Amino acid sequence: MAQRTRSERAERIRHLLETEGPAIHAQASASNDRRKETYGGTDDLEALRADARTIKEDAIERLPELIETVRAAVEANGGTVYVADDAADANAYVADVVESEAASGADIDAAAAEPSVVKSKSMTTEEIDLNDGLEEAGIDVTETDLGEWVLQVADDTPSHIVGPAMHLDRGQIADLFNERFDPDEPFETAEELTRFARDHLGEIITEADVGITGANFVVAESGTITLITNEGNARKCAVTPDTHVAIAGVEKLIPTLSDLEPFVDLIAKSATGQPISQYVTMLSPPTDSPTLDFESPDEPITGGDGPDAADGTGDPDRDFHLVLLDNGRTDMREDDQLRETLYCIRCGACSNSCANFQSVGGHGFGGETYSGGIATGWEAGVHGQDSAAEFNDLCTGCTNCVDACPVKIDIPWINTVVRDRINRSGDTESYDFLVDGLTPDEEGSGLDPGKRFFGNIGTVAKAASTTAPVSNWLADAGPVRAALEHTLGIDRRRDLPTFRRESLVDWFEERGGEAASSQRAARAARAGGGEIDREVVLYPDVYTNYVDTERGKAAVRTLEALGVPVRVPDLPESGRAALSQGMIATADRQASRLFGALAEVLDAGRDVVVIEPSDLAAMHREYERLLPERSFDRLRESSYEICEYIYGLLENGAEPSALSTGAGAEPVAYHSHCQQRTLDLEAPTVAVLERCGYAPETSDAECCGMAGSFGYKQEYYDLSMDVGERLATQVEDAETVVASGTSCGDQLEALLEREVPHPIELLAPGHSRR
Amino acid sequence: MTVDTIGRFERALEGLEVGVERVAAAEASERIDAVADAPAVGAALPYEDVSLPKAVTTEPTTAELEAARTGVTPVGFAIAEYGSVAVESTADGAEPIAVYPDRHVAVVAESDVVPNLSAGFDRLADGFEAGRDSVVFATGRSATADMGDLVHGVHGPGEVHVIVLEDR
Repeated sequence: MAQRTRSERAERIRHLLETEGPAIHAQASASNDRRKETYGGTDDLEALRADARTIKEDAIERLPELIETVRAAVEANGGTVYVADDAADANAYVADVVESEAASGADIDAAAAEPSVVKSKSMTTEEIDLNDGLEEAGIDVTETDLGEWVLQVADDTPSHIVGPAMHLDRGQIADLFNERFDPDEPFETAEELTRFARDHLGEIITEADVGITGANFVVAESGTITLITNEGNARKCAVTPDTHVAIAGVEKLIPTLSDLEPFVDLIAKSATGQPISQYVTMLSPPTDSPTLDFESPDEPITGGDGPDAADGTGDPDRDFHLVLLDNGRTDMREDDQLRETLYCIRCGACSNSCANFQSVGGHGFGGETYSGGIATGWEAGVHGQDSAAEFNDLCTGCTNCVDACPVKIDIPWINTVVRDRINRSGDTESYDFLVDGLTPDEEGSGLDPGKRFFGNIGTVAKAASTTAPVSNWLADAGPVRAALEHTLGIDRRRDLPTFRRESLVDWFEERGGEAASSQRAARAARAGGGEIDREVVLYPDVYTNYVDTERGKAAVRTLEALGVPVRVPDLPESGRAALSQGMIATADRQASRLFGALAEVLDAGRDVVVIEPSDLAAMHREYERLLPERSFDRLRESSYEICEYIYGLLENGAEPSALSTGAGAEPVAYHSHCQQRTLDLEAPTVAVLERCGYAPETSDAECCGMAGSFGYKQEYYDLSMDVGERLATQVEDAETVVASGTSCGDQLEALLEREVPHPIELLAPGHSRR
Repeated sequence: MTVDTIGRFERALEGLEVGVERVAAAEASERIDAVADAPAVGAALPYEDVSLPKAVTTEPTTAELEAARTGVTPVGFAIAEYGSVAVESTADGAEPIAVYPDRHVAVVAESDVVPNLSAGFDRLADGFEAGRDSVVFATGRSATADMGDLVHGVHGPGEVHVIVLEDR
């Protein structure tokens, strides 16, 4: 892979953070906020998403049949369907159509001029570099979507699927236009720029030989292409020239008109937070609209032959071509992991909801054509894995996009799968000797050593704990940090975790194990009068067990104080660390081992309580793909996030007075964890804090930026801090700040330079204010 | 269609900054004349005893279309929930007349205002059956934020006015 080195990547990201980040963040986060608000106000949102998902699954399943259906429908309407294998095939076909239309339609003078095309916005034509293809054939191409036109003038590329020029602000566009068009009065406002563009492009549209559009959806049974726009340029491009060419990926086909409804309802909501977009244009071309010949200004527009109502084939002067593009999609359809990508409706919600995207935009978080979380699937499918490899690591698996996606695509999983494939195709020089003894994983030898290190963090932590504090002193030494940066890519500006000599499991055994815990719980139950017949197995995740043992101890004490006996057995890793590095085989083995170790616990009716949200998220989300269905269900039904579990105890009669309670409405800033939010588990923590005398104020920043190992990596340190700053700004004024995730807490501690405990530490009996 | 539906439609249009008025068929021509800034072009209205005012040119030339300040068209139906009007692609040019001029005056029969998108799709399906299979749901004014700020009236109309025929 001809990829950038770590320091080149770091430099590129720093550059984007400074140049394009501010404009991208302003627009993407505003769209995301509006989306959340609109989703919140849509009662049947989940039903719509489920419907849309089902329709796409069915359509992709029936794709070959739908292609034949749409061919018949378009031909019956009087149009033509062409299925293009790849970019070159599609471009050649379109160039042919344009050339023959220009030759046949024009008088002798005009025939000498360059054939001309006006286009509305289409990512699919970006994918095949259609403009270049047409220009090489001597055809003049003008983009009419204002954002696309700005890019055409600037010779730039889209930075966002929906808002292609999102990285440019008004001032930059004004500078560009003033330089290029040299107006009498320099352009200043968006209004002036828009007015100029409208007039300039309006004239070009009236003179064009062919109008080219994309299609957001294609209804197979009626041959109806659907265009979702706000400006109106697509309507003009489709209605004005005699010839209309629509280019769409084959995945845009849906069976029937009624299947279109949930998509029309959803797409603007997810894309920009609008209830519906300005123009939902549903055309079954050739349409009945008269063609507009601006070269004969005095002819009535209705002067032609008019449509033949008898055969329903529209205006006879009109010509329509539907180009359906394959370009790798058939292979994606047959790929069990990439298939889901084909359900994508290109709304950009995954970009807008992504903290990393908001900071760098699609020129950082994107490949040759597509950008944002879903781009990994698209790029791997249509341009190949190398294009995806350039940016795939920017997906931290935070899952913010999971609730945003209108067709419920598991975008983080696609990123994990492609990362796994990239790992396996690697031929990086090997530092394996460094991590060899530490890495009993299932991966091949080409894996990046940094990924191997973080993916095996459990083994690393265990070894470091055994040799603590020497391991900590060593790790802090300058030469060691330099070596870690060079070999594993761990940024030397980042504080390393301090490994505890005594693990949580050791501590628990030392204080008497489960027998002592039962006695403590029984004493508390007698004192509090509560009788709660539950037993808990507290999961000692890697960080709680070896690094942040205090939150584990707080969890044990809290549960006991509420009358619940606890066990803290030494349990296998969850696989979360391996998953984050794309090491699926390793994660799969770990999931099986953990389930095996817990099977008896589950059968005995005990509850599994997890402190680290990302480990719980592995059990509740990714395990569905790694374990048999029954095993997955059993574990999911009996496993809980710690504060969710405390909430359940309080709801069932346990007394908050046994805990360390606040002064009553005592302010606390609370940052939940991205994956915890996706599991809908932020609310229970808030409720518990409220019941215990606190007034939690939750952050709404997308992410802390740390995301497990991400913020440790040299190439992403600056990005991680940029994302983290947005969160820090929200919570810095609070006297007490708590966070549920280890890495969220670490990041906030680095940014705020003070302790940021887990909420359970605030609640545990005997907690003293820090 | 209920009074509620019309109220909902009116509120949605207000939110979109689209003008709306309910008029009797007998007064429609006069009201259209009042809101159709000249020069105006139009597509014939299919409602009984309702015709376009003389000032509105039907079957315009391309020069007239380009110069028009206002385009007046009937719409197949309207969706109250979103304030959308359904512009059909007809041989007399309703689609270009609705999209080219700066101002679009859409005329809809009150009985054609349906409550929500689902009802709109039912109407759409009926129209498709009857061969009216190219339709634009137009909602509010043409808009873009591509030049760095929200601006209305880009390629499509920057002003929209809806006339609801209360007895049609």
